[in-house]
Amino acid sequence: MKEQQYQVLINKGWCKGCGICTGLCPTKNLYLDEKGKVHSQNPPTCIGCQLCSANCPDYAITVTKKGEKPGQSQHLSVQVSGKQELPQEQTQPSFPAKPVPKTRLLQGNEACAEGAIAAGVRFFAGYPITPSTEIAEKLAGLLPKVGGKFIQMEDEIAGIAAVLGASLTGVKAITATSGPGFSLMQENIGFAAMAEVPCVIVNVQRFGPSTGMPTSAGQGDVMQARWGTHGDHPVVVLTPASVEETYHLTVKAVEISEQLRVPVILLMDEVIGHLREKVSLPDLDLAVERNRDTERPRLTLSKELYLPYRPDPNGVPPMASFGQGMRFHVTGLAHDETGFPTNDSQVAGALVTRLNRKIADRCDRLAMAEEYMLDDARLVVVTYGGMARAARKAVKLARAEGLPVGMLRLITLWPFPEKYLHRLNQGVKRVLVPEMNLGQIKLEVERISKGRWQVLGLPKVDGELFTPDELLTRIKEEVAACLGK
Amino acid sequence: MFREIAQYFRQDKLPHMWCPGCGNGMILAAFARTMKELNIDQDRTVIVSGIGCSSRSSGYLDFDTLHTTHGRALAFATGVKLAKPELNVIVLSGDGDSTAIGGNHLIHAARRNLDLTLVVFNNSIYGMTGGQYSPMSPPGKKATTAPYGTLERTFNLVDIAKAAGATYVARSTAYHHRLLTKLIVNGIKHKGFSLIEAVSQCPVNYGRQNKAGTPADMLKWQKDHAITVEAAQQLGAGEMQDKFLIGELHQGEAPEYTAEYLKIIARAAGEGGGK
Repeated sequence: MKEQQYQVLINKGWCKGCGICTGLCPTKNLYLDEKGKVHSQNPPTCIGCQLCSANCPDYAITVTKKGEKPGQSQHLSVQVSGKQELPQEQTQPSFPAKPVPKTRLLQGNEACAEGAIAAGVRFFAGYPITPSTEIAEKLAGLLPKVGGKFIQMEDEIAGIAAVLGASLTGVKAITATSGPGFSLMQENIGFAAMAEVPCVIVNVQRFGPSTGMPTSAGQGDVMQARWGTHGDHPVVVLTPASVEETYHLTVKAVEISEQLRVPVILLMDEVIGHLREKVSLPDLDLAVERNRDTERPRLTLSKELYLPYRPDPNGVPPMASFGQGMRFHVTGLAHDETGFPTNDSQVAGALVTRLNRKIADRCDRLAMAEEYMLDDARLVVVTYGGMARAARKAVKLARAEGLPVGMLRLITLWPFPEKYLHRLNQGVKRVLVPEMNLGQIKLEVERISKGRWQVLGLPKVDGELFTPDELLTRIKEEVAACLGK
Repeated sequence: MFREIAQYFRQDKLPHMWCPGCGNGMILAAFARTMKELNIDQDRTVIVSGIGCSSRSSGYLDFDTLHTTHGRALAFATGVKLAKPELNVIVLSGDGDSTAIGGNHLIHAARRNLDLTLVVFNNSIYGMTGGQYSPMSPPGKKATTAPYGTLERTFNLVDIAKAAGATYVARSTAYHHRLLTKLIVNGIKHKGFSLIEAVSQCPVNYGRQNKAGTPADMLKWQKDHAITVEAAQQLGAGEMQDKFLIGELHQGEAPEYTAEYLKIIARAAGEGGGK
């Protein structure tokens, strides 16, 4: 009898007993045992055709010539071909940025785009939607001038997806949209929170729900900005009340997002987005210089020591970029510090807790608000965004008449800047909350007040602001009630 | 054999999660062989996947890997590629992921012609959720959501990609893995959007409902029904009726997006600072 030339080696740990090899083997050399593991006949009838090893979906079979060593397939030491030092950032020509004139007439959406450039944003992906479109239009022109990239995607879902992909390569990235597009982005905002991918989402709010009135203002997305994506997740929401502030808050949003690796939402409204006013902005060069300190926490570890989701003492994992040689995995599944999925309830619980604590532990630092004539106020108007413009005027007019009224203008909406409410003076009797929704922030103010003040909502849901006179009338009524007149 | 491609796997993650007899492992091995054949730089290659059985493949591969949301792998990949065109970006996706929930991203990725390679693991079913019909389930076949057989016609993925502007379109099967490796190699070498459909078998959630037999039977079905482009030329019209073509099915030329964008950057820079 001719001596057998081939042997079949089987990794029983990996074999799942699917039967592909036994079904394909032309000499019936292979068979499954009662436990469903594959075996070779003894002596083997193998002719070395490799059909089994080539078709094994589980890489469990190795066919070798008799006497030949199979090699150490499971623990092969991998030599990376041509291992080079860490790739440098793509060298880009240096663009002498023309200094931005000190004083200009600018629209809110344009200021947002310029703020993004100043903050070092070099990638935009999005989809046109009123009233945010000017942000995309402006960045389509500006980004390539500074070596950045702009792309108009097929929808808002793709817009934020591309932003997250770009961000993972180490590039600061932003998208802009309005209500309907913001709804579409929600799932990937959750991905950004879970996988800790820095990104800024600008939502220039319009009247809703649904298609609503695209060119009219609204503030109806306050709760969606906080809770729009499923699951408990961290998010920071900032809201500007002027063109100039839009610029600075865009920069701030990028900073917070990069430092904490959280999605940050710049919640504008149509009033501010389309408002044109005189602004005084810093030189682009100086702004970029200032922001150099606020990059995402970068990596100092070697590949062997790198755990992509091990937090630093601040609770934020230092972040590698794709293409840097770290070969790390990013997923929206619950994951451990290695970045790979887990079903371990303790690990998953610790992850969600840590993600949310990144914000919860910094509530006071993240809280921003403007306190206006609050010292001796008996009535406080709590407001934000476009509505604050009418409120400021009304408070000023009321003060001119000697009425004890002040304004607390919220700049951070989430985490809710409670400290400013806690430190209102003891004499405050009533709080009036005008907003372009049916009372979304009023609910928060009520939660903080715990009966300390009477909280009165002042909803406006017709796409328009209150006029200062309308607010003044109401302010006078409430002041009279406060003072018992 | 595995040892030849072991360096492309995160071996501590094996054995993989797929069911006995699943074609995904075979396609992934064919994919790993393309990496070897191209001697690809693992530090400069990003693998992006969506959601579903086949999209779990990214976790087994030793590269920078991105396991995204359902259907959105190509959109994420577009961001990666445009931000860093010097990286190789490869998308691994399933038939449900890329033709149903991700169908819009598929046609637009093809139209833009970014230098991405998409491998669609087509097992004609939603396997991860237990066997619901996908846009690639053949009409009349059973699924848990089509207990009386599907009423819907299948997409012709090759024709869709071609019509949408893909510049390299090919198809093979899990059984024809040598051809599959060759096609993916050519797809990655191709400058522009390439799509390689890899017909796969799902013995558990498709095979059982449709009495397709053992995994080996399903592979034999692939062997008997897939006809290479060359072999098809020898067949009469009637003989292709229940067969499908494998091989390179379309090649075209179009400007590659990221290269074109770099030209825009050069032009914009030439025009000086911001206006």
